[in-house]
Amino acid sequence: MTSHDHDHDHSHLTETEARVRALESLLSAKGYIDSAAVDRIIQTYETKIGPRNGAHVVAKSWVEPEFEAWLRRDASAAIHSLGYHSRQGEHIEAVFNADDVHHLVVCTLCSCYPWSVLGLPPTWYKSPPFRSRAVIDPRGVLAEFGLTLAPTTRVEVHDSTAEIRYLVIPQRPEGTEGLTMDQLAELVTRNAMIGTGLARAPQVAS
Amino acid sequence: MNGGADLGGMMGFGPVAPEADEPLFHAPWEARALGMVVALGACGQWNIDAARSAREDMHPGDYTRTPYYAIWLKAAKRLMVEKEMLTEAEIAQGVPLIAATSIKRRLAAEDVDAMLSAGGPADRPEQGEPAFAVGDQVRTINDHPTTHTRMARYARDKVGTITKVHGFHVFPDSNAQGQGEDPQWLYQVAFSARTLWGAQGREGDSVTLDLWEPYLRTVL
Repeated sequence: MTSHDHDHDHSHLTETEARVRALESLLSAKGYIDSAAVDRIIQTYETKIGPRNGAHVVAKSWVEPEFEAWLRRDASAAIHSLGYHSRQGEHIEAVFNADDVHHLVVCTLCSCYPWSVLGLPPTWYKSPPFRSRAVIDPRGVLAEFGLTLAPTTRVEVHDSTAEIRYLVIPQRPEGTEGLTMDQLAELVTRNAMIGTGLARAPQVAS
Repeated sequence: MNGGADLGGMMGFGPVAPEADEPLFHAPWEARALGMVVALGACGQWNIDAARSAREDMHPGDYTRTPYYAIWLKAAKRLMVEKEMLTEAEIAQGVPLIAATSIKRRLAAEDVDAMLSAGGPADRPEQGEPAFAVGDQVRTINDHPTTHTRMARYARDKVGTITKVHGFHVFPDSNAQGQGEDPQWLYQVAFSARTLWGAQGREGDSVTLDLWEPYLRTVL
């Protein structure tokens, strides 16, 4: 297919699409993959496995002290008990933010990320600016996400160098005493569970 | 290897650029790449450490400029050629030219849920006792293998403190090369930012890495 009349980016993308489609056809023809399985994998991460899973874990830990204690003791078992048991979530550590400590998760060597509770990582998480600087300049990185910590809050960065995946449990926002677990989960953003954000404040009722 | 993937502490990449409302996939090919790479992993022709090794073994300039799913595809193609599943000519022409290699299994759509759910735990039955306990001081090795390692460069030859004994896990340095899983004790080790970065580290801040026992030495 030639499409040289298109602008560069468009034609480059078209070429990539064509090349990847050709590879998939080849792999199917050789009997290595089934495109229906590829579809199913994509659908799973589009619809079933994403940051709502992690938000549920966080909200439950905010309202159930026994669950919080279990998360601290054995996060893998506590999270698996909710049915969030899938690849890149086999071994999980939950790290809890507090007034005196803020946790930030990175994988400097590749893109290790707790898929079972957060889904697929965003592009910035996999890209050199974040991976290079999260360990040497975590406060500078946080500032780029609009987050400035109190000088008395120490930063603990977790570089995911093995098969242990890290989930940040953000602090529960003030003024959320009357909220249900589902309402609390709405306040838990993906970035809050990576450590590049905080849980959102509840909207004031008008 | 001291390659382009070992990015901790490097400079010059500019600010982090989070996209507002970033889509899960930026183009259809990214979704197909994800699905294909996961499905190919299920063929059982290589392990996750070999896949990481293939992804990081690129010219560092290419590595840092290549989109992540493109890195995945490039590594998958390389592994398939190495394992004689495909030839370069087949990739170039997009049609089968030689008979397919026998694979451990071809993932069927109805088995996807079970495969994803099972995942790939890296812990193995424990053998012996861990050499270190929580609170122990350790020094990381100063070693620069040309092959795959998870001992990040910025934390080599540094003194840290054991903060957790994770268990007994597959050792990537061996597994990536097809030399067996050789499981080892795995620890969480905390390093002060000052130890890692000198004056550029902030007092009180720290970084933890998860490191296998062969990376660690007793501090006397």
